[in-house]
Amino acid sequence: MEQSYPNLIPALPELWLALGALVLLMLGVFRTNHVRRTVNNAAALMLAVAFFLVFAVGPTHQVTFSGLFVSDGFTLFMKALVLLGSGAVLVMSKPYLVDKDIFRFEYPVLVVTATLGMLMMVSANDMLSLYLGLELQSLSLYVLAAFNRDRQRSTEAGLKYFVLGALSSGMLLYGISLIYGFSGTTNFTILAGLYSGGATPSVGVLVGLVFVLAGLAFKISAAPFHMWTPDVYEGAPTPVTAFFAAAPKIAAMALVVRLLMGTFQGLVADWQQLVVFLSIASMVVGAFLALVQTNIKRLMAYSSIGHVGFALVGLAAGTTEGVTSLLVYMAIYLSMTLGAFACILSMRHKEGMCEDISDLAGLAKNQPRMAAALAIFMFSLAGIPLLAGFFGKLLVFLAAISAGLYTLALIGVLASVVGAFYYLRIVKIMYFDEPADAFEAPESRSIGLVMGVTAALNSPLSFFLISPLVAWAGAAAGALVL
Amino acid sequence: MSESWILTALLVLPLGMAFLILIIRGDEETVNKNARHAALWGTLFNLGTSLLLWAKFDPTTADFQFVQKLEWIGDVVPYHLGVDGISVLFIVLTAFLMPICILASWNSIQVRVKEYMIAFLVLETTMIGVFASLDLFLFYLFFEGGLIPMFLIIGIWGGANRVYASFKFFLYTLLGSVFMLLAVLYMYFAAGTSDITLLLQYDFDPGAQKWLWLAFLASFAVKMPMWPVHTWLPDAHVEAPTAGSVILAGVLLKMGGYGFLRFSIPMFPLASQEFAWLIFALSLIAIVYTSLVALAQEDMKKLIAYSSIAHMGFVTLGLFVLNTQGVEGAIFQMLSHGIIAAALFLIVGVVYDRLHSREISRYGGLVHIMPRYAVFFMVFTLASVGLPGTSGFVGEILVLFGAYKASSLLAFVAATGLVLGAAYMLYLYRRVIYGDLEKEDLKDMLDLSPREMAIFVPLVAVVLWMGIYPAPVLDVLHVSVDNLLANYNAAIAASEPVVEAVAAGGAH
Repeated sequence: MEQSYPNLIPALPELWLALGALVLLMLGVFRTNHVRRTVNNAAALMLAVAFFLVFAVGPTHQVTFSGLFVSDGFTLFMKALVLLGSGAVLVMSKPYLVDKDIFRFEYPVLVVTATLGMLMMVSANDMLSLYLGLELQSLSLYVLAAFNRDRQRSTEAGLKYFVLGALSSGMLLYGISLIYGFSGTTNFTILAGLYSGGATPSVGVLVGLVFVLAGLAFKISAAPFHMWTPDVYEGAPTPVTAFFAAAPKIAAMALVVRLLMGTFQGLVADWQQLVVFLSIASMVVGAFLALVQTNIKRLMAYSSIGHVGFALVGLAAGTTEGVTSLLVYMAIYLSMTLGAFACILSMRHKEGMCEDISDLAGLAKNQPRMAAALAIFMFSLAGIPLLAGFFGKLLVFLAAISAGLYTLALIGVLASVVGAFYYLRIVKIMYFDEPADAFEAPESRSIGLVMGVTAALNSPLSFFLISPLVAWAGAAAGALVL
Repeated sequence: MSESWILTALLVLPLGMAFLILIIRGDEETVNKNARHAALWGTLFNLGTSLLLWAKFDPTTADFQFVQKLEWIGDVVPYHLGVDGISVLFIVLTAFLMPICILASWNSIQVRVKEYMIAFLVLETTMIGVFASLDLFLFYLFFEGGLIPMFLIIGIWGGANRVYASFKFFLYTLLGSVFMLLAVLYMYFAAGTSDITLLLQYDFDPGAQKWLWLAFLASFAVKMPMWPVHTWLPDAHVEAPTAGSVILAGVLLKMGGYGFLRFSIPMFPLASQEFAWLIFALSLIAIVYTSLVALAQEDMKKLIAYSSIAHMGFVTLGLFVLNTQGVEGAIFQMLSHGIIAAALFLIVGVVYDRLHSREISRYGGLVHIMPRYAVFFMVFTLASVGLPGTSGFVGEILVLFGAYKASSLLAFVAATGLVLGAAYMLYLYRRVIYGDLEKEDLKDMLDLSPREMAIFVPLVAVVLWMGIYPAPVLDVLHVSVDNLLANYNAAIAASEPVVEAVAAGGAH
């Protein structure tokens, strides 16, 4: 009798969010937009509670729901990042949504359901739960991308994301079916057992793995599966873009890492070349195509593609320290991206929000603090020493060199030099150019707070934080890689 | 050692002062004034601390002194500082030039003074960090970190074409350095440590040495700069504000030479021997070619920039002849050039502040209205030429001795550089200072103010002191250089039997 009731404790954060999302939805549906502010605040509070629940569940290895769901040190790390990303975006969103007159109660609810999907992705221990979490997340994101439904660009972004997303889900499912057909199981633990002893996998499993990887590469927007990213980033409302850049990327990356390192670690030799290819393609695409962008959201899209490439350098190493470096990289990436989007969300003229890079001209005179913060993020994204972004790059290249991937590391550092150019260009526009129209002072205190905190995290103060972060990421990676 | 806090103090002081300036509040006038004073006192205090370092430095040992080592980032990057005879004087040089830079910017910088001073103080920390690091990663951190403040200094307070110059500076240097970063990562795994003191003992595989040496060359050659990757320097110098040029010529260029001394030569001795011809060729081209280019310049700052490249050619030549005179001469030349080039840029800055032109043809006959200026200009011109009694002479003559020991041809070609150097510097001096005072707007130019005198007097004193009595400087260098060369020769000697044995094995 006992076995028929699964242990719910490891899934506490997910259950909390699922119940909460339903309550908020009901509240919104029946009380409509009178309660949108309450719903928004309640959603932020729920994410905060979920954050603590994640820590309450703790880093012990627990499997539940008949092996579908896992909770360990790795999920703890990734869930903490996802919740930080979602929460920070949620508290920054309101001014923009109000400005565009799309501040509706559905927004926080969708953010919560998307976050729920992400947490399930992180904790997936089976192809089924993987797909379930991924689709819950994706469907919420499709709607969010088209949230500004009266605007053509936003609906176009939503539709484009949906069509391409469906395609990638199709590939993913096809790959899962192949793996199931040739190995007889969808469970990660069993799969890991099958291939850990150096057993040669059948071709079917490998082909399936390639399809699954292609589907997931779409979700992390690694080149050559990145085509949707710039259009969706540009078309979607800016807070949604910030959300895209922050949380889902981390969740999808967690999936990729769990699948490749936690499950198919025995097949490193087979998938390594794929990851190397994805990594190189992403770094190169991200670096070169960003050079010609004039819209800052598009620029951030290419930047995020490039950063996924750098993070994958760590994965390509196929070692525990490689995973550690990837985790550190994603954590630093999260802080840089949130900060940069906090600045983008503050780009407001009298006529409304703006998103052209040229609008930043002379920002250093009009809004010196915001300019300084954005400069810190740009130098950090470029990976210049003294700022946090450098440590991320240092660690992934360290992992690559120790695994003997010299070509990959060489292409990586060259791509980072090209990338430095466009980050510097933003600094140049802010500091060297003559002022354009001044932005209005940011009215939202929460945006300022996010901007300030992330700027401090990326500044040389990060010297004191890197050490504990690396230790924590190392513990998380150790929990995953057996 | 109990005084190990000195190096940390040198790093923390400017940062702390930068933070203080950051939180200054008030109306613009007051903020500017306070920022200037805070920066001046901060850098002066750091100068005092660096002199204390020099005074307490023990020149009888080649070991690292004032060593401080703390755990930092995991077990990858420790916080590990220390100096030996090679690095200690570069720290003093940096600390010496900083207050001069602040004074030189006193009136010429009127916009965003606060940010300007912060940038300079942060830059000082990174520069001292480069010379004091005893850990590869820490070194790289400071080496690259200095790019950000310098990029901003050129880009915000620079001349008309500042954006182009700042980008070129940043990207050139970054591109060179990322190769070094890869080499650093490789070394970390090959030797199992990033500790420079241990790496100095480690014998890298001869095959790997070549690649590592070339990777470090990519970085240091750009920084130095060596021909043909020197083209960023004239642009950066011309566009940078005066104090930016001073720091660029005075300290940043020396990081390349310091890098050769700290890494390339002692860690990759076999590759250094093998590639010495490359360095010789590039150095001689730099000496002759850039001297000729300097002759043709119409812009004062550009002329001095090209002369810097030629002088750096002497430095690289001296370093890689790898004998005592050559290496000591190269280090001395770096220190002396740090003072002289800095002084020359300040000299240009004086007339630029008054007339806002660097064109040589805009000037002429300044001796009639600015006699004190003419005297200072003359001293530095002659020092740059290498007149006996000035510091320029000591460095160049030692390098030439060293080069002559290696090959008389090297010395011959390098010596033509001295002649050309005299030609372009004296030609510059004649065009600016001598002649009739014909141009109307020159006639009411003021001679040096007391503030400017305060800048130049210590520079002249140091130039003459290093020229007349160089012993205190050379004494500091001596033991460390001997140790460097002894290790180098031992490594070369150790590798030769291996080569013979392999050859003999092949014959069997």
